[in-house]
Amino acid sequence: MTKIRVEDALTEQAAAPAKKTVQMPVGVPGYTLADEAREVPVSEPPVWPINKDLKYVGQSVERYDGFAKVAGRARYTSDVQLPGMLYAKFVNASVPHARVLSIDTTAAEKYPGVRGVHVIQHVLGNAVLRNPALEPVKYPVVRYAGQPVAAVAATTPAAAEEAAALVKLKYDTIPFVVNEVKARDADAPKVFPGAADEEASAGGGGGPSDVKQTGNIHGPSIHKHGEIEQGFKDADVVVEGHFVTQVQTHSALETHGVVADWKPELLTVYASTQGTAGVREELSGFFKLPLTQVRVITEYMGGGFGAKFGAGNPGVVAAALSKKTGAPVRLMLDREEEHLSVGNRPSSDQTLRIGAKKDGTLTAIHLVAFGTAGCGTGAGCSGPASNLYKTASLHAEESDVFINAGPGSAMRAPGHPQGAFALEQTMDDLAVKLGMDPLDLRDKTDEHPVRRVERQVVRESELWKSRNPVANADRGPVKRGVGFAQSVWYRFVSMASNAEVRIHKDGSIEVLSGVQDIGSGIRTVMAQILAEQFGIPPAQIAVKVGDTNYTPGPESGGSVTTLSLTPAVRDAAWQASQKFLADIAPALGTPAHDLVLVDGEVRSRSGKFEPISFKRAAAKMSSSQISVQAKRVPDYDPKKYLTYGGVDVAEVEVDTELGRIHVRRVLSVHDCGRPMNPTQTISQINGGIIQGISFTLLENRLLDPVYGIMVNPDLEQYKIVGSREIPDIDVRLVEAYLGQSSTDASGIAEAAGVISIGAAIGNAVYNATGVRIRQTPMTPAVVLAALHAPAQGKEMA
Amino acid sequence: MSDPSSPEDEHRNPTPAEPARSGLSRRGFLKGAGLTAAGTALLEGVQGFTHEAAAQAPSGITELGPEAVPVRLHINGAEHTVEIEPRTTLAEALRLHLSMTGTKIVCDRGVCSGCTVWLDKMPVNSCMTLAVDAVGRHVTTIEGIASDGSMHPLQAAFVKHDAMQCGFCTPGMVMSCAALLERNPNPTEHDVRRAVSGNLCRCGTYPKIFAATLDAAGTTRNA
Repeated sequence: MTKIRVEDALTEQAAAPAKKTVQMPVGVPGYTLADEAREVPVSEPPVWPINKDLKYVGQSVERYDGFAKVAGRARYTSDVQLPGMLYAKFVNASVPHARVLSIDTTAAEKYPGVRGVHVIQHVLGNAVLRNPALEPVKYPVVRYAGQPVAAVAATTPAAAEEAAALVKLKYDTIPFVVNEVKARDADAPKVFPGAADEEASAGGGGGPSDVKQTGNIHGPSIHKHGEIEQGFKDADVVVEGHFVTQVQTHSALETHGVVADWKPELLTVYASTQGTAGVREELSGFFKLPLTQVRVITEYMGGGFGAKFGAGNPGVVAAALSKKTGAPVRLMLDREEEHLSVGNRPSSDQTLRIGAKKDGTLTAIHLVAFGTAGCGTGAGCSGPASNLYKTASLHAEESDVFINAGPGSAMRAPGHPQGAFALEQTMDDLAVKLGMDPLDLRDKTDEHPVRRVERQVVRESELWKSRNPVANADRGPVKRGVGFAQSVWYRFVSMASNAEVRIHKDGSIEVLSGVQDIGSGIRTVMAQILAEQFGIPPAQIAVKVGDTNYTPGPESGGSVTTLSLTPAVRDAAWQASQKFLADIAPALGTPAHDLVLVDGEVRSRSGKFEPISFKRAAAKMSSSQISVQAKRVPDYDPKKYLTYGGVDVAEVEVDTELGRIHVRRVLSVHDCGRPMNPTQTISQINGGIIQGISFTLLENRLLDPVYGIMVNPDLEQYKIVGSREIPDIDVRLVEAYLGQSSTDASGIAEAAGVISIGAAIGNAVYNATGVRIRQTPMTPAVVLAALHAPAQGKEMA
Repeated sequence: MSDPSSPEDEHRNPTPAEPARSGLSRRGFLKGAGLTAAGTALLEGVQGFTHEAAAQAPSGITELGPEAVPVRLHINGAEHTVEIEPRTTLAEALRLHLSMTGTKIVCDRGVCSGCTVWLDKMPVNSCMTLAVDAVGRHVTTIEGIASDGSMHPLQAAFVKHDAMQCGFCTPGMVMSCAALLERNPNPTEHDVRRAVSGNLCRCGTYPKIFAATLDAAGTTRNA
């Protein structure tokens, strides 16, 4: 997924330009705000004040493409129609593990309307054998039911579907395993005949490749510091728990897919993707085309959540079919394929022990984690245990377990909802055992300055004050509880973040970048930045994104988009404005330094002339267009502020007779540097909370152990929360200035509640009932089983 | 679970016993359902079909298909004639044959309401409605909800409250919420939750959808 381009960063450092020292606001207004000095390149624009002193940035400006979306005018990939376009349909394996002996496409090719059939030679997404010679085969081995094997292109979707059903596959089936616990047994069927890896990428897709593999167990990889045995010896109190979380599918409403239009001079691909640049790179590499001959366009995309990076099987196959047929080809997955073959959040099975002193100081954190990403890797979930608290010793080991299921992929805060579910419930246990308030315990062990402020916001809230510190205090069958949990995410900067600003002689201004707006609202934020710079309302700025013909933008994953791209946008806007003033100064009979752009007017500082409108000033330009491209300047102080936080409080009602958990209210206190557009930021946090509730209470990919197929690949039996389960969500944004860039923005998508809400619910259920639930989804059956497990109930009450 | 008798929930699809408003009865269609698998439809007393090849069976039942037939649809105040196979759903007819792609197909089996359009102001899942079932009825889609080129008050409220993220569920949400306001100009939040209980949003934008709809209702009241 997101590629953090270290080489780019180093090149920039080497060619370090002249620097100037500026004072920047750093900290949380009302709590810790103070000026700090930063050395920045001389080309950087003036430091912005905090949000309350800006006009457009930091304000809840209406979504730039709001009208297009509410009017049905936003064109998504699945809406693209090209003249002569064909519709393609995958032929998918119906068995979970097999060698494909033969693929007979004769009948499909003869079917009315069919224009082309493609047999897949290289399947993407699955882990790959370190030694391919272990498996001499003609076609890719089927590792999961639903793996694409071939595809058909026809003049109508119905013809493609009917013809796909006519492709005859002969299999040599291989024993399979879909139960991740059984898969760890020495005598379990092996998903791969030898060690296999999926290349790791920042943000969570794939995993380490330098680890041992024993049977289906790929790992462990180990992170540690200090002496773990000594840590437990030094502990006054030890708490531990075994936690299990399920596989979740992304279930974006727009499925994966592309429209590929192969012409001899140019391959144009409309893609539902989180990264136009990555799709282009993958297609260019796969088909050995220069980057100049591949163009990727994403005007609008209907949700990704981490699963939509690269061209993938749909992109490659559609391009191949377009090349073969000479016509544009649309290949959008259907809902079942979306569940099976294009990613999921891996499961986890975690055994966690924490040792602490009586005062709450942590002496040891010990985590052993397994998880399955199907026939891929990337189930690691030790991020929270490794990064949230100060501990004298840490030992975290994590292993992927291969099973015959579709490969996992990055999903919103990869590994972190799972890891925090275990860590934050165990910390809650520790608070109980120490007789400490859960917030006080964190104050003792968590050094993050912003989370400290966030806990203070919680402490002062009505919801937290209403919490009864005594668990299981309600006497009726429906018990109320309030729980607290924390999250952590990281400041990833994508240096492949560029923007271009153009000023035209008619006074119109546009900003362009290859970046895609996946719904988080980067279009709006780009318009706000230009509005702030030029004093023109954001709606009058033309924003053009989602096209590799523009200067490259970052891929949207790992919360990188806003924090990476906005400084480049601001720098381009600032430099363009300076170039503009210098260009028109002679015509206005004054030096450039006498000119200033305020509120859509060009003014003379010395009062040489009456203010003139930007439009009139632009007419004096010496050329038809002024254009400036800027790239991301590295963070001003890259050793500081590497993580951000966020804390969540959940209020639940547990029906102890029916086993039903109802989340009534959520208080969500989060930071993302300078919030660029608070209403859009809140939208993302609402979404993180809601997705997290859905993960915690409902969603579950179910695999049939006898046939090895998913039994609920739809949206009725794969349960996702709907309108009736939505709690009242109170989001408090904490402005946390870091002094890191010309916009000082950070990201929010991963930290937006999805990490911590599961544990907050777990802790609230404990507060309500005195029983801890260490398994997701917390269905009524799971809740009732926990409530009726007498030993646990007694121990915890 | 939803109360099956409530108007907010029953709208998901026309009730099976629906009277023959278009002269095209549900029962008559269902009688031919066995043949629709082969792409044909048997229709009683059909009006709105100009297909000369439609076989007139002795019983007075018209058999259409499996090949494409011309079908006249009344959409957003305009008449459209499309050549479609009788098995074509209304969603497919809109998206593939009329290039009206504002209506989204998400689950394609009546679960998520992403494809919601109105039939005579009644919201239905267009993925579960055959295009031939819409003959003689007024179809309203997201493209037609604001007739004069400006935004429907609900659309404006969605923008004001940022009641969208990726936007893929938005057309269906707008159609469901606007239909609620047609039925009930003064809804409570509970009413809004019921009205969109079948609409799935994966970005989790529900709180703002509730707020926008209640705000638009206020606008309607004050107007």
